Amino acid sequence: MENQLPAMPDVIAQVPLNNYVLLASILFIIGIAGVLIRRNAIIMLMSIELMLNAVNLLLVAFSSYRSDPNGQIFVFFIMAVAAAEVAVGLAIIVMIYRNIRSIDISLLDKLRG
Amino acid sequence: METLETIKNLTMTQWSFYAVSVLTLFGALGTILSKNPIHSVIYLIMTFFSLSAHYVLLNAQFLAAVNIVVYAGAIMVLFLFVVMFLNIKDEAPELDNNKIVIGASIVGGTIGVILVAAIRLTESQKIDPSTYQIKTGFIETLGQLLYSKYLLPFELVSVLFLIAMSGAVMLGRKEKGERNF
Amino acid sequence: MDSVFLIKSLIILGIFALSLGIAAYETYFERVIAAFIQDRVGPDRAGPFGLLQPLADAGKLFFKEDFIPTLADKWLFILGPSLAMLTALMTSAVIPFGDSILYDGHEILVQGIEVNIGILWVFGVVSLGVYGILIGGWASNNKYSLYGAIRAASQNISYELAMGLSIIAVLMMSGSLSLRTIVEEQHGMNWNVFYQPLGFIIFLTCSFAECNRTPFDLPESENELVAGYHTEYGSMKLGLFLFSEYVNMFISSAVIATLFFGGFNYPGMDWVYSALTSKMGEVTGHNLATLVGTLVFFGKIAFFIFVYMWVRWTLPRFRYDQLMDLGWKGLIPLAVVNMIITAAAELSNQPLLVNWIGLGVFIALLYAGSALMKSKKTSV
Repeated sequence: MENQLPAMPDVIAQVPLNNYVLLASILFIIGIAGVLIRRNAIIMLMSIELMLNAVNLLLVAFSSYRSDPNGQIFVFFIMAVAAAEVAVGLAIIVMIYRNIRSIDISLLDKLRG
Repeated sequence: METLETIKNLTMTQWSFYAVSVLTLFGALGTILSKNPIHSVIYLIMTFFSLSAHYVLLNAQFLAAVNIVVYAGAIMVLFLFVVMFLNIKDEAPELDNNKIVIGASIVGGTIGVILVAAIRLTESQKIDPSTYQIKTGFIETLGQLLYSKYLLPFELVSVLFLIAMSGAVMLGRKEKGERNF
Repeated sequence: MDSVFLIKSLIILGIFALSLGIAAYETYFERVIAAFIQDRVGPDRAGPFGLLQPLADAGKLFFKEDFIPTLADKWLFILGPSLAMLTALMTSAVIPFGDSILYDGHEILVQGIEVNIGILWVFGVVSLGVYGILIGGWASNNKYSLYGAIRAASQNISYELAMGLSIIAVLMMSGSLSLRTIVEEQHGMNWNVFYQPLGFIIFLTCSFAECNRTPFDLPESENELVAGYHTEYGSMKLGLFLFSEYVNMFISSAVIATLFFGGFNYPGMDWVYSALTSKMGEVTGHNLATLVGTLVFFGKIAFFIFVYMWVRWTLPRFRYDQLMDLGWKGLIPLAVVNMIITAAAELSNQPLLVNWIGLGVFIALLYAGSALMKSKKTSV
């Protein structure tokens, strides 16, 4: 049979965990930069998704390297919460667009004193 | 010269790790730097795909599939849908505003330096192949855990979805006399 | 090990070539069946019985002028049909087309790759199928294309839900997400369709919608939207869009045959297997039995492709609100009911009996409820 399971994935033996941590950190920083740079509400929401995914990657990497399934369950829950968040967030963006005909968040300054 | 030697000696797995990582970062940068929101969405889909590839490399096939189904299949279609409906013009004036870009780069760079400095100080544990559980990311393991230890959060997620769904419907509903877009 | 790798590559190449070849000849058979149903002659000019028609079509599409509208987004305009084709072809990787080939002491599965999340992979790729249409339709910079694209997106998302719920009922019965395990569970005429008649109907309806076939071909309805999402397309880009629909049809027929009709299982396969192995020897007999199973599987696929075409030339197109009503108010509740019945059946000792009793009770309740509603309406 060719379906013999290996002892552990190649990536764990050959790529140090630090590489994954670095990759996830850079991804997270790109997400932060996106939120800071852009004024388009949809792209800001996408940057938040990027940050969530950086955390997901980190959790999966740690979970896989330490062979502890709890981390992957958390990723599962994060995905579920992200789906709910996006549904509500996009509904809010559509409402904003209906009211001010734009999704530039710098126009939303009605509460400024 | 030394870097060239290390590049030559990379194994197949290491090659795929670095290739997929470059793709991930490229997609992420494209997401925040494209002027056209539709291009941003497509770059983000690319990022999610490469993240799924990372999950496969890490032997978490279930999460790889769920990532594709949930993120690429549902969330990004919603994004694309909204972007197409709103018909946003291509311009992104904030990208030409140097003050914002420089400020954001400084903040991002600072966080990056702090994170990298902290990570460099850490030492990763050696993994013992004899105690390693290859089935960690398999659906059987995750399913068992999800329906025993995490049963309550799992059920609460369904309540969350119900609330989110009704909230989205309430928000998106047209009021009397309101025009369609 | 090298020869094993070679055989595996040959199998993958064969699956790939077959899905393309079958998709090409689907276009021919679509015309022949349409002609038969409408009492016409059909294609009969290119080659004997018009068998070279797909080649002629491909030649025509290739040599037409390749045109990109001025205000279209050029890269996305090209990306659209490519994505449609890519997602259509990706699914066939996990479908078990046959049992296994014995060679040199190795057992090689007739399948692209055997993973323990097979059906999730299929489901994920199906949910990606909408991108090609959505991106192509938007990039054309044409109102009708955009309408077609948005229709396609909302239709695919809506019907995916009911499809997923009907798959869950099947998964409850087999207890595995691996398509090979699902097929092996159905060995000996234990086909899921006998346990899951309602689930099968829901899945079939949803797969019509997912492939954008009539009666759900609203994204390309010509009397409302010119040609829908491919209004601006021409030449081989249009060809790729049309071709991906036929590949999708082939793949979804294969998935239906795998999930509900026993895949490569057929009645009396154990007898055939023992007869072949005793006559031809262990190895040759096993391989021949695998071949027979694969042929049976392709027979089932051909039947479902025929059903697709039969329905296309029989039923008229839905109106858009009817389509959404059917998806959200019809199929999703039905799929949930089916799930509950299946769960009850799996907990009992007699799954077959309980499934049918549950369905009967449900239909009786529906009938009584509708009768009650009617009498109330007439009395008021």
